[in-house]
Amino acid sequence: MKPTPHESAHLHVTGRAVYVDDAPSPHGCLWVHPVTSPVAKGTLRNADASAARALPGVHAVLFDQDIPGDGLIGPIVHDEPLLSRGPLLFVGQPIAIVVAETRELAEKAAALVSLEIDEEPPTLTIDAAIDAQDFLGTPHTIARGDIEKGLRDAEHVVHGEMRCGGQDHFYLETQAALVIPQEDNSFHILSSTQHPNEIQKMAALVLGLPANQVVCEVPRMGGGFGGKESQATQPACWAALGAWATGRPCRVRFSRHQDMAWTGKRHPFLGRYSAGFTNGKLVALKTDIYCNGGWSEDLSIPILDRAMFHTDNAYFIQDLHFQGRACRTNLPSNTAFRGFGGPQGVLVVEDAINRFAESQGLDAAQVRADSFYREHQPTPYGQVLEGVRLQRIWKELSASSGYPERRSAAQGQGWVRSGIGFQPVKFGISFTASLLNQAGALVLVYADGSVQLNHGGTEMGQGLHSKMLKICAIELGVPQSKIRVMRTATDKVPNTSATAASSGTDLNGAAVRNACHQLRDRMATVRATMPGKPTFAQVALQCWVNQVSLAASGFYATPGIGYDRQAGRGTPFFYYAYGAAVCEVKLNALTGEYRLVRADILHDVGDSILPGVDKGQVEGGFVQGLGWLTQEELINRPDGSAVTLGPSTYKIPSIGDIPRDFHVNLLDKAPQHGVIHGSKAVGEPPFMLAIAALTALRHAISSFGPGPVQLAVPATPEAVLRAIAIQKGVLSRTQ
Amino acid sequence: MFSLTLNGTRRHIRDTSPNTTLLDWLRERGHVGTKEGCAEGDCGACTVAIREDGQWKAINSCLVPLPAMADREVLSVEGLSEPGKPLHPAQQAMVETLGSQCGYCTPGFVMSIFEAGHRSDLKGPENAWKLDDQLCGNLCRCTGYRPIRKALEQVAGTHPDDGFQGESLPIKALSYQAGDERFFRPSTLEALWPILDQHPNATLVCGATDLGLDITQKGVRYPTLVSLEALPIGGLERTDTGWRIGATLSLADLESAAPLPILTRMLRYFASRQIKHRATLGGNLCTASPIGDSAPVLMALGASVVLASKAGERSVLLDDFFLDYRKIDLQPGEILAFIDVPHPKPNTLRAAYKVSKRREMDISAVSAAFVVELSAGIVSAARLAYGGMAATTKRACETEAMLIGKPWNDENLELAIAKLDFTPMSDHRGSAWYRTQVAGNLLRGFYAETRDTPVPELEEGHIGTVQVSGTVEAQP
Repeated sequence: MKPTPHESAHLHVTGRAVYVDDAPSPHGCLWVHPVTSPVAKGTLRNADASAARALPGVHAVLFDQDIPGDGLIGPIVHDEPLLSRGPLLFVGQPIAIVVAETRELAEKAAALVSLEIDEEPPTLTIDAAIDAQDFLGTPHTIARGDIEKGLRDAEHVVHGEMRCGGQDHFYLETQAALVIPQEDNSFHILSSTQHPNEIQKMAALVLGLPANQVVCEVPRMGGGFGGKESQATQPACWAALGAWATGRPCRVRFSRHQDMAWTGKRHPFLGRYSAGFTNGKLVALKTDIYCNGGWSEDLSIPILDRAMFHTDNAYFIQDLHFQGRACRTNLPSNTAFRGFGGPQGVLVVEDAINRFAESQGLDAAQVRADSFYREHQPTPYGQVLEGVRLQRIWKELSASSGYPERRSAAQGQGWVRSGIGFQPVKFGISFTASLLNQAGALVLVYADGSVQLNHGGTEMGQGLHSKMLKICAIELGVPQSKIRVMRTATDKVPNTSATAASSGTDLNGAAVRNACHQLRDRMATVRATMPGKPTFAQVALQCWVNQVSLAASGFYATPGIGYDRQAGRGTPFFYYAYGAAVCEVKLNALTGEYRLVRADILHDVGDSILPGVDKGQVEGGFVQGLGWLTQEELINRPDGSAVTLGPSTYKIPSIGDIPRDFHVNLLDKAPQHGVIHGSKAVGEPPFMLAIAALTALRHAISSFGPGPVQLAVPATPEAVLRAIAIQKGVLSRTQ
Repeated sequence: MFSLTLNGTRRHIRDTSPNTTLLDWLRERGHVGTKEGCAEGDCGACTVAIREDGQWKAINSCLVPLPAMADREVLSVEGLSEPGKPLHPAQQAMVETLGSQCGYCTPGFVMSIFEAGHRSDLKGPENAWKLDDQLCGNLCRCTGYRPIRKALEQVAGTHPDDGFQGESLPIKALSYQAGDERFFRPSTLEALWPILDQHPNATLVCGATDLGLDITQKGVRYPTLVSLEALPIGGLERTDTGWRIGATLSLADLESAAPLPILTRMLRYFASRQIKHRATLGGNLCTASPIGDSAPVLMALGASVVLASKAGERSVLLDDFFLDYRKIDLQPGEILAFIDVPHPKPNTLRAAYKVSKRREMDISAVSAAFVVELSAGIVSAARLAYGGMAATTKRACETEAMLIGKPWNDENLELAIAKLDFTPMSDHRGSAWYRTQVAGNLLRGFYAETRDTPVPELEEGHIGTVQVSGTVEAQP
C-alpha cells in the first residue's frame, strides 16, 4: 500500500506552501533588527543611537526603557531581559531594536549605534562554570539502593567521563515573525514557532496588555526540532514592540548567520561516572552530570532532568546515584532540541557500557541485552515499567540484521577496518512538568458538510496535521477531503502547550477525538430522525435546520502522571517508546574518514497512525542523531563569539552520509493502551539510535590496540584518527 | 536594461542594482517558492534551473548577481507546473515518496531532481555516486534523505515529456548600469580591454560562487563588475603538448569532459552540482584559497596559467602564480584566460586527494595531488602539491628532493615523509596535528594505491579519499 503523503506535500513541491517570511508585506510594513552585544561578558555603560536615528527611513530605535510592559521574559523563569538593562551576558545579546523601512537599512542603522562597554572575561565552558560554582536553578538527585556498596560489590568497576558537544538545530527556515497592529491596541502575530501560546503570553507581557489583545498564528514551520519552542519568542516580541511603537506592521527574519549566532543550541554535557558490572551486567551506576546552559535558564532545568531520567536508558540498575547541575555560561541560552537532554543522558551510560566491554573484550551488545529492563521492574525514580518491548525488539532486530554473524566478521586488517554496534532506546513520553500534558481542539462543521479542524499543535514537518486529519476523518466519519486543517492560532485554541516532547499527536489527537465525539453524538441524534441513509452533509444541514450546534471544543489531559523533583520519585511518564539500531561502519586509518555502510532499525511506534510519516520521523531522527555524534561541531573563539555560523563551516549530514543499505521497520502489532488509536509518540526516541554508529566506530578502532577506546564526540575524521593513535599508544590518553 | 526569461515569461529589468542576487529579485517579486536557507550556496533551498547549451542546470540563485542571468532562461519551482494541473514528475515523485516533511528545502530538491530528469548520464550502478553528487548541494534536516534519494532514482534520466525540452540562446554582450553600479559582460576580448582601461577598479567575475558570498555575507556592493562569461575563453582543447583549458569553463563541464583522470578525481568531491555548474577553473585559481582543491592538482601536473591583456599574453607557471595568502600574480588589466596542462610523461603515478569533515560539499582540511615519474623503478621527478598546509597551495619541495634519484620503495618513502616541512594552522577544519598526520598518510596511501594502478580512479563505495586496503601500517 502506498503511504499517505504529507497533507501539505502538494504545496511543498510546488513552492506554494506559505511560511512566515513568504507572507506578503502588509502596507507600510517595517523591518526590525537588533543591536547586539559584541562581547560575551561586560556591562553596557552607554549607548548612543543618534546616528542611527538620523538615517532617513529609520523609524525608531528602542531600548529597555521604551518597553511599555514587562521587559523580562523567559519560558519558565522570567530571567531574560528582552533588551539588555546593562549587564551583557553573551555575544549577540540584544541591546536595542531598530525599526526601519527595509531590512538592509535596519541592519545598517543597528551597526551605527555606538556602545560603551566595560568588558570582562567570559565563562564559556562547563569546566569553567564548575570552577566558578556558577549554576542555574537547583540540583537534582535521583538515587536508589546503596551506590557505594553496589560499586564495592561489583565484579568490575569502570570510571570515565563522557563529553558531548552542542548541536545547532539548523531548521532550514530561520526564525521569523510578522506583527500587524489591529484596531483598539491589539496585535496579530504571525510567527514560526512551536509555541504560539508562549508568543501570545510574552508579547502581551512586553506590551503590558492582557492576553486577549494578542493573537498568535502559525502558518507552518520550516523545521523546529525544539529550536522554536522557546526561542521564537524574542524575534516575535521585538516585532511586537516595533509595531506598538510605530503603529505599523513590523517583520523580522534572521539570516542563517544571525540565527546561528544568536539562538541557543543543544546542551553540551559532561558526565562523570563510575559503573559497576557483575556477570556482564550493569549493576551499579554513579553519575555526576553537568550541562552548559548558557546565560539564562530557558529550558535548561527540565532538560537536565530529562537527561537524568534517561541515564538508565534501557537498563535496570540495582544501585544508582544520579546527580545533575546546569551551568551558567556566557553563551546563547542553550535550549530544547529533539530528545531534550535525553540523548546526552543516554550517552553517559552507553559510554560506561562501551568502556567496560572494550576493557574486557566483550561484545557490548551482549552487555546491553543482558542488562535490559524486564517487565514490572522499577526505573530509578520508581516508575514501574509495563509493556517492556526491549527483548522482543532485540530478538527481531538481531535476526533481521544478522548481528551475531556480522560482528564475528567485522574489524579486519590493514588500513580499512570495520566495526558494528547495537543501540537500544527506551524513552519516556510526557512533558515532565506534568501540568503541560493538556491540549485542546476546535472542530467546526459547516452546513454543507465541510469541516474545519483546529487544534493546539503546530506543524513543523513532523506530520502532526496529517495525523490530526486522519483522526478527525475516522472519528467524524467523513472523508479527509472534506476536512481542512487550519493554521494553529491562539484565538481558536487557548492556553496550549508547546508542540514538543514528541507529544503532539498523543495530546492533540485525543483532544480532536473528544471534539469529534461530541459532534458525532449530536449529529447521530439528528440522523436518527432522518429517513434512509443520509450523507454527512445532509445530516449537517439538518443539524443547522434543527438548530443543533455544529461546533465543538475538545480537551484532553494525560491522566495519572506526576513527579516529585525534591524526592526524585514519581511517575513522570505516561508510557515509554522503545527501539533499537544496528550500525556498521568502515573506516580508513590513514585519514580517519569513514562510512556508515549499513543501518538496521526496528522502532516501536505502537499501532502507527501513518506508517509513512512515522518511518520518516524514525529515519530523520536517526540521521539527525548521526549528525550530532559524527560531524556537527560547534566552535567558539575564546572571546565567546562563534566560528561556525553557517553550513560552510557547520556540516549537517548531506545525502552522501546516509547508508546505502538502510533498513527501517516499525514494530508490528504493538498497540499502546490508552493512547490515541493505539499509537506511540515518535519524534524524539529514534534520535538516540544513532549512538549505534558511535559504538560501531569504537568497535573498529578497538582493533588497533587493547583497552577502552577514547573517541571524542562528534567523531569527526580527526577524532577517529586521534582515537586510533591513542589505541596504538602513539598519543597518550587524557584520562 | 536587460531581460531574462522567468518561467517562460520575458522580464525586462532596469534600475535594479547589479549587486542584487537572483534569489532576492525572485522573492521581492513574489516568487517566494524559492527559499533562502543560508545565502552561502551550501543548503540549496534557493536552487533554480537555468538553460545553457540546451541543458537545464541547477544553480544556487542566492549567489548569482542578477545581470549574470541576462538573456538566460530561468526556471523556478513555480514554473514547473500550473495550479490545478498535474504535478511535474519531479514534484510527483517527492509527494509519493514522502520526500517532504517541513517542505522548506523541498523546492530546491525538486529543482535539482528536475535537472536530473533531463540528464542522460545517471543510469546504471556505475553512476550511483552521481545521484549523491546531484543532491549533495541540497540540505534537508527532516527526512534523513532516503525518500528523497528514492524520488531522484525514480526521475533521474527519464527525460520526461514536460515541455521543457528545447534549445537555449547564447548570451550576448551586456553593458548595464543602475545608479552608480555597473555590470559589463563583453563578448570579445577586444571589447573587454577598453572596459578594463576605463574601470581600473573593476572586479572580474564569472560564476560568482565566491564573489556572491561577499554580497550576501559581507554586504559588499561592487561598483563595477566585469563578467567574463561571454568571452570565448571557455573551451577545452587538446594540443600536442597538453590540454588547454578555458578559464571560464565550468567545473561541471570540465568534469564531464574528463580530460585528466587525476583532475576528475578531485572534481568529484569539489563541490555541489549547483556550484560546479557556475564555478570555473579560472575562478578557483584566482580566488587563491590556500586550500584550492583544483590548485594542488594543476600544480602537481606542472600547469601554467595564460594571462591575457591588451598588451598580449604571458604564461606563468602555477607555482609562481600564487604569491601569498590570497595574492596572485595578476596585474591590473589582465585576465586569466587559459590553463595549460602538459601531458604527463609515460610511467607517471598520479592521484589526487581531498580530506574534509564531510565527504560531499565541504572545504578540505587537506587536499593533495601527487605526480611521481618513474624510470626503471627510480624516481626521476616528483611533484607533491598540498592545499590546506600553508598560506597558499604549496609543493613539498624537500620531500620531493628526498625522493628523486632513489628507488620508489617503502623505506625511501618514509624518509621522504619525514622531510615534510609544513607548519599548518589549526582551525575548525582540522588541527595542525591532524593536517600533518594526514599529509604524510596521503603519501603512504598514494604509494600503496599506485602500485598496481598508476592513475587510480575512485571506486564505488570507497572509504575515504584513499581507497586502498593497504597492508602497510599507517603511522599516525
